[in-house]
Amino acid sequence: MAVRKSTSKPNISANELLNYYKDMLMIRRFEEKAGQLYGMGLIGGFCHLYIGQEAVVVGLEAAAEEGDKRITSYRDHGHMLAAGMNPDGVMAELTGRVGGYSKGKGGSMHMFSKEKHFYGGHGIVAAQVPLGAGLAFADKYQENGRVTFTYFGDGAANQGQVYETFNMAALWELPVIFVIENNQYAMGTSQQRSTSSPDIYTRGAAFGIPGEAVDGMDVLAVKGAGDRAVKHCRSGKGPYILEVKTYRYRGHSMSDPAKYRTREEVQKMREERDAIEHVRSLLLTGKHASEDDLKAIDKEAKAIVNASVDFAKESPEPDLDELWTDIYA
Amino acid sequence: MAIQILMPALSPTMEEGTLAKWLIKEGDIVASGDIIAEIETDKATMEFEAVDEGVIGKLLVAEGTKAVQVNAPIAMLLEEGERSDAVDIDVTVAVAQPVPSQMVEIEPASIAPAAPAESVMSSVLVGPDWPEGTPIKQQSVREALRDAMVEEMTSDPTVYLMGEEVGEYQGAYKVSQGLLEKFGNKRIIDTPITEHGFAGIAVGAAFGGLRPIVEFMTFNFAMQAMDQIINSAAKTLYMSGGQMGASIVFRGPNGAAARVGAQHSQDFAAWFAQIPGLKVAMPYSASDAKGLLKTAIRDPNPVIFLENEILYGRNFDVPVMDDFTVPFGKARIWREGRDVTIISFGIGMQHALEAAKKLAADGIEAEVIDLHTLRPIDYDTLISSVQKTNRCVTVEEGFPICSIGNHLSSVIMERAFDYLDAPVINCTGKDVPMPYAANLEKLALVTSVQVVSAVKSVIYR
Repeated sequence: MAVRKSTSKPNISANELLNYYKDMLMIRRFEEKAGQLYGMGLIGGFCHLYIGQEAVVVGLEAAAEEGDKRITSYRDHGHMLAAGMNPDGVMAELTGRVGGYSKGKGGSMHMFSKEKHFYGGHGIVAAQVPLGAGLAFADKYQENGRVTFTYFGDGAANQGQVYETFNMAALWELPVIFVIENNQYAMGTSQQRSTSSPDIYTRGAAFGIPGEAVDGMDVLAVKGAGDRAVKHCRSGKGPYILEVKTYRYRGHSMSDPAKYRTREEVQKMREERDAIEHVRSLLLTGKHASEDDLKAIDKEAKAIVNASVDFAKESPEPDLDELWTDIYA
Repeated sequence: MAIQILMPALSPTMEEGTLAKWLIKEGDIVASGDIIAEIETDKATMEFEAVDEGVIGKLLVAEGTKAVQVNAPIAMLLEEGERSDAVDIDVTVAVAQPVPSQMVEIEPASIAPAAPAESVMSSVLVGPDWPEGTPIKQQSVREALRDAMVEEMTSDPTVYLMGEEVGEYQGAYKVSQGLLEKFGNKRIIDTPITEHGFAGIAVGAAFGGLRPIVEFMTFNFAMQAMDQIINSAAKTLYMSGGQMGASIVFRGPNGAAARVGAQHSQDFAAWFAQIPGLKVAMPYSASDAKGLLKTAIRDPNPVIFLENEILYGRNFDVPVMDDFTVPFGKARIWREGRDVTIISFGIGMQHALEAAKKLAADGIEAEVIDLHTLRPIDYDTLISSVQKTNRCVTVEEGFPICSIGNHLSSVIMERAFDYLDAPVINCTGKDVPMPYAANLEKLALVTSVQVVSAVKSVIYR
């Protein structure tokens, strides 16, 4: 069984690289703003930011085709933006307004878009794993050639239903890519303290599922691994596991002071391994973009985010009648 | 001394069976462990082994005999030196006069589980759900459920069945018998024993546009899958602002079977009925089982469909119609009466109807209502009945605390307080884990005697 740590990277054009940069920066600016709005009391409840992990979804979306599905946990803002969902609708959902993707009834953790094939947005750790395999089951049943990206974290990887799902996905050769976003902390518990073997990507071997470990701070490596996983799934060979090693800069949620790791550890990742900085330097050293070009990109991202905030503030709260709608179809 | 070979009980709820085939003949020598007969239960054909050694003196029940009662002598085994003509047993007696099971002895008033279903059906039936003059056939609940699935799978290619032993084994309780052959293994899917996982996969498949039927071998095992049922299936439509939900049926036997102990005997009706986003159906008769299951499969929402192992083999009238469905949220008045309203659902209806029959003998006319669905509940039918009778008793097998009856009492109090001449009484199972011992188990379950006594109490007699 192919279990390996991948290093190979795809050949991509300067234009694609520039797009990755734009997409990753967009997510970061969006999340920074969401954090700010949370502090202002405009966003309530739980709010889990994706800052630091942007290369994972951007790299994998670059490997997806139209019609492929994705499903993830509650740390979902980045996935939605990368899938092409409108920042206005995401931000308005965060503020609990009727213009949000769930009309304000889902919140940060529960957004969906049938149009963009984004199936949530799930709040129970690892519950999205069998759900994602189920989406793949439906695709296989309908013989439509689609694959499903099922994202979960290193914490979720210890839930029993993950292995129930691995077993059935392998048994029934479901076209599902299990993307383990290993950001090294399951809330406040480091991987060393929670996980008996460090290489989660090898855990599919018992079920005959190939797995790779991928550098999640390198969007090109993620894209390359995503291409291999997609090719495997789409050719009917069954599931594939990608363990994408990444890092979140912020706490688990907005209320997490992150006392379980040092400030130096976070600082070191930001300075030495930041995924956006990495692409920035590739663009500049390769002379694919100038400092001014990149400044313009940043300005544009900020403008889109600011517009989404305006929308999210202006959109009214849901009508009181909405309490009683959408319970039954 | 000759040894009697008795008809064996081959499942927890078996009361009788068919002696399908003898694999030995008179005069054969058998040793313990030899297979001597094939016996058909309502679930499967089982091989029956000899326990003792000896010579087969006489076969007392002919091959192909149906309805042979458990514990009836079916053959005589001779010990060394014995002659078969020394054995004197009347075969007709063995079949016609079964040794009654202990369950029946304890409560002589109850209808023996093996009694023909017509005795229940012959009570006054108000408004069958089919047009007058529709041809009727006798069908078991098990067959009715199977037919419902066959019809819906035939008309909608996105409907599929998944669960443990639903395919090659033909269903642990034989409900899916013949479906694998008819629809193939793309649509009849045997799963590993992994309820949490396959329930989640089915919900995901529903998000992806399919209409899964998930069979839990029993609802006790659905506890492993509770998070996917409650948090994923029931809530996603709401959380997505109406964008996507799960058209899915979770079905299987619920409630007590017989002598299977605390972990396998529990009625979850009230649990599921509490959850907004779920619909909950719990049929009693075969026609309701069929009509409600067809409605459940077509429903765009997640439906919990609670069946009952003891009722699977029970026969009822079922209309012969191309497309017979029973709507959700519409109760059925099984028996009209002026003195008291008895509300029940599922197997509780058996006790309610038995009680009504006994009460009628005392000149008390009970109105018996089958709720059909516990979410939604047809409150209007209940309220009008209580406004007429001024008294109400509820009957269910589940635990007493936070029972369906508790909820109905509250609604009746709010909507018909001035009509009540007595407090509403809830007849439920006892507030204990189900014991194994036959006498204790009987004591833990709701009975028609309990219902009769509750009715007499609310009419002050």
